[in-house]
Amino acid sequence: MDRKNRVYPSVDESVADIPDGATIMFGGFGGAGFPNNLIQGLARRGARNLRVISNNCGTGDGELGILFKNRQIGHVVAAFPGPGATYFQQQFDAGDIDLELVPQGILCERMRAYGAGIPAFYSPVGVGTDVAKGKEERVIRGKRYILEQALGADYALIRAQRADRMGNLVYRKAARNFNPIMATAAKTTIVEVEEVVEIGALDPETVVTPSIFVDRIVVAKGLRYV
Amino acid sequence: MSKQRLTREQIAERAALELPDCAYVNLGWGIPNLIAAYVPKDVTIYFHSENGILGMGPRAPQGQEDFDLVDAMKAPVTLIPGAAYFSQVDAHVMTRGGHLDICVLGGLQVSEKGDLANWRVPGAKGAGGIGGAMDISVGAQRLIVTMEHTAKDGLRKIVKTCTYPLTAIECVNTIITDLAVIDVTPEGLVLREVAPGFTPEEVQERTEPKLRYTGKVPEMAIKRR
Repeated sequence: MDRKNRVYPSVDESVADIPDGATIMFGGFGGAGFPNNLIQGLARRGARNLRVISNNCGTGDGELGILFKNRQIGHVVAAFPGPGATYFQQQFDAGDIDLELVPQGILCERMRAYGAGIPAFYSPVGVGTDVAKGKEERVIRGKRYILEQALGADYALIRAQRADRMGNLVYRKAARNFNPIMATAAKTTIVEVEEVVEIGALDPETVVTPSIFVDRIVVAKGLRYV
Repeated sequence: MSKQRLTREQIAERAALELPDCAYVNLGWGIPNLIAAYVPKDVTIYFHSENGILGMGPRAPQGQEDFDLVDAMKAPVTLIPGAAYFSQVDAHVMTRGGHLDICVLGGLQVSEKGDLANWRVPGAKGAGGIGGAMDISVGAQRLIVTMEHTAKDGLRKIVKTCTYPLTAIECVNTIITDLAVIDVTPEGLVLREVAPGFTPEEVQERTEPKLRYTGKVPEMAIKRR
């Protein structure tokens, strides 16, 4: 691919190679920063038995909801699936979906570790709780910790406000959330943005995600489900 | 003297007095979320939200919402001068790394050792969700739990040992309820204040572990009725 132009002509072309069984991270939190256009593209593509890593599991048909409605997801790693995740909850109750529930800060720290080449790390979060089940525990300087594994993915589907053609990214307000972390932890990172600018047009001081973490860019106006 | 247990708003009003000027503070769901409204006018609190905001202000007025600027409960909010945005991972560097001065969370059960259970009722339907509660509980410099003193069926929520799934062990410093302010200390639970009109004995009846107190226990300072 042309590193000086990672812009894809359409959402559908940017997700066209995502196969059945892929592990995919999705950015977004609290209605902000979800790559809703890419999610819709993945729904049209129809890849199935996906393994999903996301803070939550959709709001009705919105956000990840459509992928659950279409029964495209078989496995979930999440911190807070959410009361609005109707289709996820139905399929979870029916035993159709495997769920790994992870504390929110550990969810993103496991991604950060993966992106940084750290295979596992000791953490105080969840010591003495259900989260610690099956994990190695160790006392370090008098305090109890559990071993958490790094978490990576085949694809990260994220949203930013603006990209240059190389993939340097700028986010908007609290729509940043998980997006920059996921960009570092996937083999292929696909970003939807409001606007693409020429290389050199972004102030390097304001770039949050450097282009080295971004593979594909598509321009798509924000879809929001509130 | 009337003898009403405090309302949720009054619990929040009392909890607001625990926040010193210029503190970095995270508020959880439920009663904690009501506290910001009761911070005295001459006190500035830098509220943290785990989706990447430090320096959150009040809710955005209707018609002026920006849905890229929401708190951890999805509510559109505003910023105060000095605010900053950052990623979720940096937000939890702040929680887990011990950088927040005070966190206030809701509770289902608190044990006499300060264990907290607040994310799941056993046998409840659905998948449940942990969210940021475990990271926040482990890392807070000071963790306050606000909750009703007993459950709707009268069952005690301050217990010797939690029976609900735990959020974190030995993490709670202070419990503020509709009946009392209680500090968790190495020597056990210390009854610091009682709700207006209630006696320490009445609070003890509704609390499983032994409460320590000497002499007359002061009443919780509540202005609004």
